[in-house]
Amino acid sequence: MSKLTATPLTADNALFEVENVSRRAFLKQFGIGSTALVLATTIPGFSPLLAAEVTRNGQLDKAQHALNFFVSIDTDGRTSIVCHRSEMGQGVKTSVPQIVAEELNADWQQVYAVQGQADHRYGPQGTAGSASIRKQYTKMRKVGAAARQMLEQAAANHWQVPVADVSAKEHFVINNASGDKLGFGELAKAASKLTPPADDAITLKHAKDFILIGKDVELFDQHDMIAGKAIYAQDIQLPDMLIASIARPPVIGGKVSSFDASEALKVRGVVKVIELKARSMPVSVLPLGGIAVLATNTWAAHEGKKRLKIEWQHGEHAVLNTETLQQQLIKTVSNKGDVARTKGDVYSHSYDQENTLEATYSMPYQNHSPMETPSATATVKGSGKDLTCTIWAGTQNPQWAQGLVATELGIKKEQVELNITLMGGAFGRKSKGDFIVEAVELARQVAKPVKVVWTREDDIKHGFYHSISANYLKAELSDEQGADFWIQRLANPPIGWLFDGKKKSLSTGDLSVGFGDTPFEMANMSLESHKADSHVRPGWVRGVAALNNSFALGSFVDELADKAGISTQQMWLKLIGSDRHVDLKKEGFDYGNYGSGFDTHPVDTKRMKACINHLCEQANTAQPQPKNQGWGIGFLRSFGSYVAAATKVNVENGKVTVLEMHCAIDCGVAITPDRVKAQMEGAMVFGLSIVLMGGITVKNGQVEQSNFHDAMVTRINQSPKMFVHIIESNEAPGGVGEPGVPPIIPSITNAIFKASGVRVRHLPVNKQLKV
Amino acid sequence: MITLNINNTAVSLDVDPNMPLLYALRDELNLTGTKFGCGMGQCGACTVHVDGQAMRSCITPVSVLTDKKVTTIEGLDPAHNHPIQISWREYKVPQCGYCQAGQIMSASALLNTNPKPSDGDIDTYMSGNICRCGTYNRIKKAIHSAAQGNSHE
Repeated sequence: MSKLTATPLTADNALFEVENVSRRAFLKQFGIGSTALVLATTIPGFSPLLAAEVTRNGQLDKAQHALNFFVSIDTDGRTSIVCHRSEMGQGVKTSVPQIVAEELNADWQQVYAVQGQADHRYGPQGTAGSASIRKQYTKMRKVGAAARQMLEQAAANHWQVPVADVSAKEHFVINNASGDKLGFGELAKAASKLTPPADDAITLKHAKDFILIGKDVELFDQHDMIAGKAIYAQDIQLPDMLIASIARPPVIGGKVSSFDASEALKVRGVVKVIELKARSMPVSVLPLGGIAVLATNTWAAHEGKKRLKIEWQHGEHAVLNTETLQQQLIKTVSNKGDVARTKGDVYSHSYDQENTLEATYSMPYQNHSPMETPSATATVKGSGKDLTCTIWAGTQNPQWAQGLVATELGIKKEQVELNITLMGGAFGRKSKGDFIVEAVELARQVAKPVKVVWTREDDIKHGFYHSISANYLKAELSDEQGADFWIQRLANPPIGWLFDGKKKSLSTGDLSVGFGDTPFEMANMSLESHKADSHVRPGWVRGVAALNNSFALGSFVDELADKAGISTQQMWLKLIGSDRHVDLKKEGFDYGNYGSGFDTHPVDTKRMKACINHLCEQANTAQPQPKNQGWGIGFLRSFGSYVAAATKVNVENGKVTVLEMHCAIDCGVAITPDRVKAQMEGAMVFGLSIVLMGGITVKNGQVEQSNFHDAMVTRINQSPKMFVHIIESNEAPGGVGEPGVPPIIPSITNAIFKASGVRVRHLPVNKQLKV
Repeated sequence: MITLNINNTAVSLDVDPNMPLLYALRDELNLTGTKFGCGMGQCGACTVHVDGQAMRSCITPVSVLTDKKVTTIEGLDPAHNHPIQISWREYKVPQCGYCQAGQIMSASALLNTNPKPSDGDIDTYMSGNICRCGTYNRIKKAIHSAAQGNSHE
């Protein structure tokens, strides 16, 4: 058996006893938290930094010593490192400890990952925007280095030598002069009593000395996943627990007019039917209301729900028809919009019609459809001031959910204990706390643990969708720069509407995701956006706005190349122009840069061109293709990383077969290269789903799809051979989860054009061709 | 009471005979390795073996299984070292891992009937198992690798 995973939720302790998975047990097991002896000061980004000595299971010989809030070491050397971000398949529960262990100079075989609970003391825990490693890299290195320096200091004190004369190596501290060594376990107790080093006294390794960073270690949970033992949100079982299946309003903002639960209550196992609180719009990320059927088993809950008779009052959002909305958005972008970024003058220019191209692209709503539908389990105990709530959920944003629950119950955040399970996929869906609040609302009423389980139909019909969009582009060819007099427009319902029920305009933040940062060197440019109204909940889906923006940009560059009679690669290189760091602020656009600094994550055109060239070389896209076959490429810098994609397809008798896909990524330092590779493979499959068959349509405010037969996703027979090319780099790490998907989208449609001459400007492809 | 043979153990269940096996496994027997994905036999997350054949447990009522042998991911190999599981670890197949029990049960059933499948055979047999993380390339490689092992036996 490979390494055990030291989570508070294992198959052995989670299934039968509430107390075994409680915070108390967590503390007992890992010695991190409020019972710890606080000795230390703070370092920036993490406060307080705890140093502690506690016992585990009352065994003094198993004493565990916390060096800080993330690292604690047993006397036998076993080292527990907290991952404060949530695992959804991206590998963060392994890569965060990997970074800490690198600077700690720990022996990886003695390192165990601990999933942190929701706790503000970890700093931000939202696992989204491909930000965990991108924004936490240096902080996590400092956490490891600070702990290492405490161990070194403890050893130096023991030998009564200056700390400069000792060094930590592979779980030991060595006396450089004598060659004596002390194990981390032997030093842990003394080290835990030391004051952690101040921020400016923390020393980090040189990249050339990295042992763990850049190494393909195995995921901590891999063994359990393959053995069927890994615990996801839906796997939580508690004594006396009821399972809830909820019928939600088919139109958002809809209300229950009346309902009859008599047939539902006849189902064996159904114990109660509860009407959820009707909430007024905007519901934000709170529940939609509806009727919950609670049963002693999951099947009975779902069967009971099917037997409910509910009269709905649909409300104002029943007006939405996506077919009409798509046409409206397409029409809208033919007009000038609100200017987000401009240089030169595109409107006084007299366009040479022969050399001018304009095109409009559109993409429908997209659902996340993680394999594990949303699920959360909650218990609510006590009353008044003593009310406490314990939750087990797969959530990408634990502290947000904790806050929502605290507000719901009228208690303090600290009274809400939120345990984070593995997520069976998330892709942005599980950033929202709606399903967690549903479980809390019901648990409070029945005074028993309640697990809310969404069916696939619930997931597809009540999602937070990537917004429907239309993008318009116009430009005139130019020999030198590829093109000039560039107009780029976008219309889509903004995510901001979710929170105020009003917003129609895209924010600078929205426009920073693959739209306002078009890195082209031409002299004349106008980037504009339009207002759009929402009638379903918009949300962040893997790749976010870069999905449709990259589809439009990558397609248009390909169309320009075709018109100019040059390769798409050449057109990209010409448009990007000289080597430089693009300063968008100079052009009046307050580019968000995904929350990263321009010092660590500049908009570097040299890296863009290198990435495109590397891709084309590796995939050999220039090689002539047989009849009916062709290569397409796409490129985008997003979430701090540079990704280029190439797809080869065959199109015959109106049927598209994807033959081969390549992806080149420059994400700076790759912590676990094999997981970067895995994310790119996943991005290619996710991109195929969106392009070939993806799309949620709405009629009279109600989503038309219901399960995988009509909300299709890529299957193995549609998934070609894939190749990932990681560009070696010591630059600051960029994102990996999200930036793969956007450039893949146009690579597929461009390949279809090369193979068949059919230009797909409106997704999905299966509306035009067989897939 | 319905008596089933699950992982070579006789278990008695006091449930509605129409209850699909998936919910009996998960809620009544605490065998949570088998997952819910769609509830209509579309995604394969709930795949188990019934007399060695892959079966979607979310649409198979317990009443039809009384004289059959059911194997779940927990019972595939006592030490979790079925050749497919070894191969899955070697190729680092899982990302989120949620669909993998179903993938492994399908893949092992495939090798039961077709010890050396071609790419096309794998596509056909495994197309009922969705992986939203996109681990298909590795699944294919891992099945081929486990099949290579078969040829040496």
